[in-house]
Amino acid sequence: MNLSARLRNIPFWSWIWFILGALYFVLPLYATLDFSLRMERGVVGFKAYQSSFEDPEFLRTFGYSALIAVVTILASALLTIPTAYWIRLKLPQARRIVEFITLMPFVVPAIILVFGLIRIYSAPLTIPFTDIVLMPALTTFKFGTNILVVAGYMVLGLPYMYRSVDTGMRTVGVHTLTEAAQSLGANWYVIITQVILPNLRSALLSGALLTFAIVIGEVVLASFLGVPAFGPYLFLLGQHRAFEPAALSFTTFLMTWAAMGIIQLVTGGQGQASGAH
Amino acid sequence: MTQNVLSAFKGKVSASNYKNWIGVAPFFLFAILFIFLPSIRLFVDSFKDNNGHFTFANILQLFSEPYILNAYALSIKISAVTALGGAILGFLLAYSVTVGNLPKPMRSILITFSGVASNFAGVPLAFAFVSTLGRTGFITILFKDVFGLDIYQSGFNLYGFAGLSLVYMYFQFPLMVLIMAPALDGLKKEWREASENLGASAMQYWIYIALPVLLPSILGATILLFGNAFGAYATAYALTGGRIGIVTIQVGAQIRGDVLHNPGLGYAMAMGMVFIMAISLAGYSWLQAKTERWLK
Repeated sequence: MNLSARLRNIPFWSWIWFILGALYFVLPLYATLDFSLRMERGVVGFKAYQSSFEDPEFLRTFGYSALIAVVTILASALLTIPTAYWIRLKLPQARRIVEFITLMPFVVPAIILVFGLIRIYSAPLTIPFTDIVLMPALTTFKFGTNILVVAGYMVLGLPYMYRSVDTGMRTVGVHTLTEAAQSLGANWYVIITQVILPNLRSALLSGALLTFAIVIGEVVLASFLGVPAFGPYLFLLGQHRAFEPAALSFTTFLMTWAAMGIIQLVTGGQGQASGAH
Repeated sequence: MTQNVLSAFKGKVSASNYKNWIGVAPFFLFAILFIFLPSIRLFVDSFKDNNGHFTFANILQLFSEPYILNAYALSIKISAVTALGGAILGFLLAYSVTVGNLPKPMRSILITFSGVASNFAGVPLAFAFVSTLGRTGFITILFKDVFGLDIYQSGFNLYGFAGLSLVYMYFQFPLMVLIMAPALDGLKKEWREASENLGASAMQYWIYIALPVLLPSILGATILLFGNAFGAYATAYALTGGRIGIVTIQVGAQIRGDVLHNPGLGYAMAMGMVFIMAISLAGYSWLQAKTERWLK
């Protein structure tokens, strides 16, 4: 093969687009990293990282967001697994409507969701046309607000959690697994804990990590419901500091990257996207 | 007799069906409490005046209040621009790693990065762009030092329309990559070979075969990107501190304090957003169904 033929075989335009995209990806991250390392004049160092991680307010808000993320993931798994399982096994006619509901966050974005949640739950929930109280005003006490935050995050993560779980169930063939387990004499408890859940590990993990990525830096629900979460903290920090926000932004990026990397590993390349913008 | 058996059978089926729905009851209860009740409440309240009486005034006022009209116009403009830009760049990138003959590892790198970037939004994303294109940002300084060009002097502003569009693009085009890569995989080799055997050029293959097959998927994805940008709040708020008047920011201002001096109008503004988002999701699903005809 002579040189010109070899040159023609190089996908020139493909490389151009790829490099352009790569620059778009990398430049902001590089700039953030570069900036975050320059807190001390003339020295490249991790001062900004040290200073942000030592802030007790950082530990408090990050701890709160991480805790809320874990609770959201558990509650969401508890809601979606039985639902998806039941639909696969007994109620396939409910599939369409349930899938439709899981897509609702694309119609009702976070800002509208929080608007509605505040509107409904800042007063006691009563049975229509009576004074019988079903639920006290959730926004008026800490635990109630936390319930609203978790529920809101469950809604935002629903498309990813439900799809992960449902796809997982389809690929492992829960129907066959259940029948096989039943014919071997397993009871329902054994079927679910020993057969179904272990087979759903990678699906659950990817749903959980996506939910984590959504919750950890979320601002809208957290700030309008007034909870001490990491997103609003980072925003406020950005108002009066320069280097620490850059350091924490880069850290958040690394965490998102770790989460997506693990998903990539366990699902074998089925990339997914969320929507907490 | 047969009649009896049949009706008994029917009765049994519907009874067991009824019982089966109980299994999904918790899910529906959750959806009602935390998705439908809040949305329906906003919907109902948008038809109420300040005294709680029924009115169409709020809905009509959406189309006459300049403050609200401008907000919708700006949101639609920014969503359309970033959806188109994101769709074009995303398509070209997806093309380059699928049918564009780039080495295999490039594909998994791009897909992983797209997964990360489409999830890297909100406050950290805004801060990353401040470090890049802010007044003392990396690229701003680079342009000044290397080309002697002050981009802020020449009209660029990160905290305005152009800047926010660039920031939105960061999560827009990766989403396009994630949707288009599988679609481009669905183009069958046989189609290309068949068209080449019949004497078609590469250009003819793309115009008459590949693009028509891909078109519903491209359009659908673009609509999805539109909705993706339209509902965004945190990124814009973190970047501009709430000084850019897109509709999500204005709804946020209305929640913080009744800036419109008419709560009903605020609910109507929120419902207008839901309406636009619902149309874009419907358009996306319709086109997605069309896509599946060829690309499975």
